[in-house]
Amino acid sequence: MLASQIGYYSLILGLLMSFLITPICIKNFYNNKIIDIKIFSFSFLQFFLVFLSFFALIISFVISDFSNETVFNNSHSSKPLFYKIAGTWGNHEGSLLLWLLVLTFFIFLFIIKSNDQPKKYRILTILFQQIIIVGFFLFILSTSNPFGYLFPTPKEGLGLNPILQDPALAIHPPILYLGYVGSSIIFSASLAGIVQNYISKKWAKHIKIWILISWIFLTLGIMLGSIWAYYELGWGGFWFWDPVENVSLMPWLCLTALLHSILVLEKKSSLTSWTVILSIATFTFSMCGTFLVRSGILNSVHTFANDPSRGIFILIFLSILILISLVVFFLFHKEKKNEISKIYFLSKETSILINNWFVMYFLSVVLIGTVYPIFLEVISNEKISVGPPFYNKLIMPFLIFFLIFMSIGPKLHWIKTRFKKIKIQFFLLFIFSSFISFLIIKNMSFKNLINSFLISAAFYLFFITLKDFFSKEFSNLSQKISHFGFSLLILSILLNSLFSSELTTNLKVGEKISFKKGIISFESIENKKYKNYKSIVGYFRIEDNEKRLTILKPELRIYNQPYTITSEANIKTTLYSDKFLVMNLVKGNEYFNIRYQVKPFMIWVWISTLIIVLGGIHSLFKKNHEK
Amino acid sequence: MKNKILLSIAIFFLIFCFIILFKSLNNSNVYVPESISGKPLINFDSQDLFSTIKISSDQIFVDSEFYILNIWASWCLPCRTEHPYLMEFNKNSSIKLIGLNYKDNPDSAKKFINKFGNPYSVNIVDLNGTISIKLGAYGVPETFLINKERKILKKIIGPLNKKLVKEINLIIK
Repeated sequence: MLASQIGYYSLILGLLMSFLITPICIKNFYNNKIIDIKIFSFSFLQFFLVFLSFFALIISFVISDFSNETVFNNSHSSKPLFYKIAGTWGNHEGSLLLWLLVLTFFIFLFIIKSNDQPKKYRILTILFQQIIIVGFFLFILSTSNPFGYLFPTPKEGLGLNPILQDPALAIHPPILYLGYVGSSIIFSASLAGIVQNYISKKWAKHIKIWILISWIFLTLGIMLGSIWAYYELGWGGFWFWDPVENVSLMPWLCLTALLHSILVLEKKSSLTSWTVILSIATFTFSMCGTFLVRSGILNSVHTFANDPSRGIFILIFLSILILISLVVFFLFHKEKKNEISKIYFLSKETSILINNWFVMYFLSVVLIGTVYPIFLEVISNEKISVGPPFYNKLIMPFLIFFLIFMSIGPKLHWIKTRFKKIKIQFFLLFIFSSFISFLIIKNMSFKNLINSFLISAAFYLFFITLKDFFSKEFSNLSQKISHFGFSLLILSILLNSLFSSELTTNLKVGEKISFKKGIISFESIENKKYKNYKSIVGYFRIEDNEKRLTILKPELRIYNQPYTITSEANIKTTLYSDKFLVMNLVKGNEYFNIRYQVKPFMIWVWISTLIIVLGGIHSLFKKNHEK
Repeated sequence: MKNKILLSIAIFFLIFCFIILFKSLNNSNVYVPESISGKPLINFDSQDLFSTIKISSDQIFVDSEFYILNIWASWCLPCRTEHPYLMEFNKNSSIKLIGLNYKDNPDSAKKFINKFGNPYSVNIVDLNGTISIKLGAYGVPETFLINKERKILKKIIGPLNKKLVKEINLIIK
C-alpha cells in the first residue's frame, strides 16, 4: 500500500525531472563552454526516482500486497520468493518500468562516460534521449500504470503463468532489455552526431563501446530465451521462428551489421551514411518489436495483454521517433566528400560491405516473414501463417556464401590486397572440409545437396578460424573468437538437426519398450507436494546398445493458481549429446505418453553462443586497438 | 533537392505503414462480429479425432445446457496459452466442450492433447478447414458459446483470456 504510493509518486516526479532537464540542456547548448553540472544531478535524480519506483514495486510483490493491481494479477502468496521478485518484470507493467529504469541508467552512464566528446554533441544526445524517456514515462503513466489500486483488497492473487516460473526466464527480460535500451543510446548519439556533423573516426571509436554492450546483452538475452524454450516448452526445439523470436532477431541482425560497418568508419572513415542508417534502424526495430509484441497483434507466450490503447500509443510514439530521425537524417546529414577513399574490390572494406549485404538479406527475409501476414490481413482479409520452411529455404543457400566470405574476409587487408597473397592453404582447407562433409552426408540416410554445401562451408570457417588461433599474428583476437564461435554454432545446429532421433510411445509403470537404439523401461512414479504445485516424477531406465545406463526423471507439475499442467523435461547433457525425456498424462488412463529424444551436440549450441559473446566482451575490454 | 524527394518518399511510406498497422490494431484478436451472435449453428459431418468414427453435429449437440466449440490446432501457439481456461471450463458440468481440430496433423494433435490435457468431451477433425469456414471462423483459436437451442451466443476470435472467461461465465449464469 505505502510502497505503491511511493512508487507512483516517484514515477511522476521522475517525469518532472525530464521537464527540468530539457530547458537546462537547451540553455546550456547555446551558452556555456562546459556542460552544466545541473544536468548531471538531475539525470542522476531521475534515475534514482525510477529506481525507487521499481524498488517499491518489488517490495509490493515480495510482501504480496494485493491492493496493487499488478501484484494481484500476477502473483500469489504461495509463490516462492525468487519468483515473487522475478514476477515484478514478468508482466507488462513491471517490464515497462524495468525498461524505463535501464533507459535512465544508461543515459546517466553516457553522461559520465563521454567527457572527451564535444559539449554540443553530448547535450543533443541527452535531448534526443529525453524524448524517448518522456515517451516511456507517458506510456507507463497513461496506459500501463504498475501501481493501480484495488479496493476492496483481494485476499489472494491470480498467480503467475507457471510456464514463466523458470530461472532462465527470470533473467531473460532484464538482459534483453539492456540490449534493446543500449540501442537507444546509439540512436540518440547518431542523431546528435548528424546534427553536429560529427560522424567521424572519433565518434565511431566512442560509440563502438555502446554497440558492443548492446550487442553482448542482446545475444545473451536471445540465448536465454532460447534455452527456456528448449526445456520448458517441451518440444525439443530451441528456435521456432515464432514472430516474437523474430522480433528480437531483427535488431540483433541490424546490430551485427552495425558492429562491422562501424569498424570501417573507425579505420577508413567511409560508409558514414550506411552506419548512421543502421544505428537508426537498430533502435527502430527494437521499438517495432515492442509494438508488435505489446499491442497484441502477434500472439504468443510473450503477449501479456491485448489492450488496443497501448498499441495505439506505441504506434504513434514509434512513428514520431521515425519521423524525427528521417527529418534529421535527410536535412542535416552531409556526406564528407573529401574523405571518401576509393573502395577496392579485394579489401577488408569490401568484405565487410558484403557481410552487411548478406545480413541485410537475412534481415529482410525475417522482416517479411513476420510483417507480411499482418499487412496481408489488413489489405485482403486473408490469414496466412509463415513457418520454418519459408525461413530455412530462403536463408540456407545464402548462408553458404556468407560463411565462405566470413572465412576469407578477415584475411584481407584494409584498402587493397593482391591476389598473390591469398595462399594455397586456403584451397587445401576448403577441399579438406568438403571431404569431411562428404563423409558425414555419406553416412546419412537421406541426401541433400544444400546441407552438404552448408556443412562444408561451416567446416571451412571452423578450420580457418581454428588455424588462426595458432598463427603468430594475434592482431584481432576478438574477431577470431566470435567467428570461431559462429562457425561452431552453425555446425552444431546443422549436426543437431541432421542427427536427432526421436521415439514417441505410451507406457505404463513396469513396462519396457525396445527400439533401434536400446531399451527404455518405466520403473516407477513418485508423487510429491510442493508449496505451489503437486508433482509426479517418473523414473526411467534407458539402456543403449552399448549397455550404457541412463536414468531419467521427467516431471509433471500440476499448478493450482491458475490451474495448469506443465511437463518438465528431464535432460541429461553430455558433450556429445543431450538425452531428452518428457512425459505427459493420457487422460483417464494409467498410461503415460513418453517422448524420448537424442539430440547430438545440443550443448554446443549454447557454448558456441557464449564463445561469440566472449569475443564481444574481449573486444570491449582490450585496450590496444587493432593496428 | 534529391534529399527532399527521398524524404517525402520515406514519409509517405511511413504513413502507409502507420495506416496498415493502425488498422491491424482495430481488427485485433478480441473482435466479435455482431451479425453472427444469435444465429443458429449450421449442421456438419466430421469424424472423431481419437476413434476416427464418423460423427454428425446432431449427435454432438445433445444433452447439455451450453456448448463451447473451440477451434484449435497443435501448431497454434496462442492455443497453448488459452488451454488452461478450457481445462477450467471442463470442470463446469453445465457446459459440454467440443474441440474442432483445424488443419492439423492428427498425430501432433494427439500429442498436444496428451501433453496439455484433454478438456474436450468430443474432438472432431477438420482436415481441410471447410467446417470452420462454414462456421464463419477467421482462424485459430476461435471459440463459440452455443446454447441448448443451438444458437450462437458469443463468438470469440483469438485466444481466451481472464476477461473473456468472466464474460462467458456471466452469460452462463
